[in-house]
Amino acid sequence: MFDLSGKNALVTGASGGIGGDIARALHKAGATVTLSGTRLAPLEALAAELGDRVHVATCDLSDAASVEALPKAAVAAMGSVDVLVNNAGITRDNLFMRMSDDEWQSVIDVNLTSTFRLCRGVLRGMMKARWGRIVNISSVVGATGNPGQGNYAASKAGMVGMSKSLAAEVASRGITVNCVAPGFITTAMTDKLNDEQKARILTQVPVGRMGDPGEIAAAVLYLASPEAGYVTGTTLHVNGGMAMI
Amino acid sequence: MSDIADRVKKIVVEHLGVEEDKVTENASFIDDLGADSLDTVELVMAFEEEFGIEIPDDAAETIQTFGDAVKFISGAV
Repeated sequence: MFDLSGKNALVTGASGGIGGDIARALHKAGATVTLSGTRLAPLEALAAELGDRVHVATCDLSDAASVEALPKAAVAAMGSVDVLVNNAGITRDNLFMRMSDDEWQSVIDVNLTSTFRLCRGVLRGMMKARWGRIVNISSVVGATGNPGQGNYAASKAGMVGMSKSLAAEVASRGITVNCVAPGFITTAMTDKLNDEQKARILTQVPVGRMGDPGEIAAAVLYLASPEAGYVTGTTLHVNGGMAMI
Repeated sequence: MSDIADRVKKIVVEHLGVEEDKVTENASFIDDLGADSLDTVELVMAFEEEFGIEIPDDAAETIQTFGDAVKFISGAV
């Protein structure tokens, strides 16, 4: 099951904890993978770890031209993009009353607008191939909200509505579009939380622990697989029961 | 019939799965040939590839019938 041999995947944010594990999981399932991120060094380190069937393409997701160029670079490297995983994301938390326009806009640009542009950029190839998998990494806070994260929650909820709309448009062409919504996962992003914050969060997680990036990667692998062809427009919540939605 | 018209017709027949004799000058892709809006996007993509041309979005919107397509492409190649 979940064999991606012969498929080509593009993963953004592959230099991060979750993105790295997503790339590992797709690669292990047989896919050729293009790793994208802003920093070259961690991408090259991951590429070296994976060995063959791997390419690296840096991209600044806040820059429209850079985003437009990424799918083309991935196609040039691999021949096609059959699986797109929009995983890259940033936070710029602040209380709503203190949030600047720049804090708002930068998070919307990187998390939501780049996802839109990358989806648009891979659709032509997927439509022609009559097969495609798009997996957008949302967040539990896109569904529940979170104080201090008005911008981030908006971007992640926006991904869900966008994904459903696109899913409806392209379902007849064999292309599925889904979201995975992680809860609190052990990554550099959640390492910024202090112990008190972490303890408070864990009281809300029935499973009683933070999630592992590999547990997100497993959900992505499923949605990227041929077996998930009848699953589209959905959000798979991987949050230890923190929000049962 | 011109070579361009033949090639356009072949694409339309293949893509929409319609009989060749239904693809007439004034046949509307959507109203007469059963295309949905996504089909029209795909037809334009196929025309672009077949003829090595770029069809901008505003021009694509004016291509409603087989005759429109042949006319536009004849002027663009």
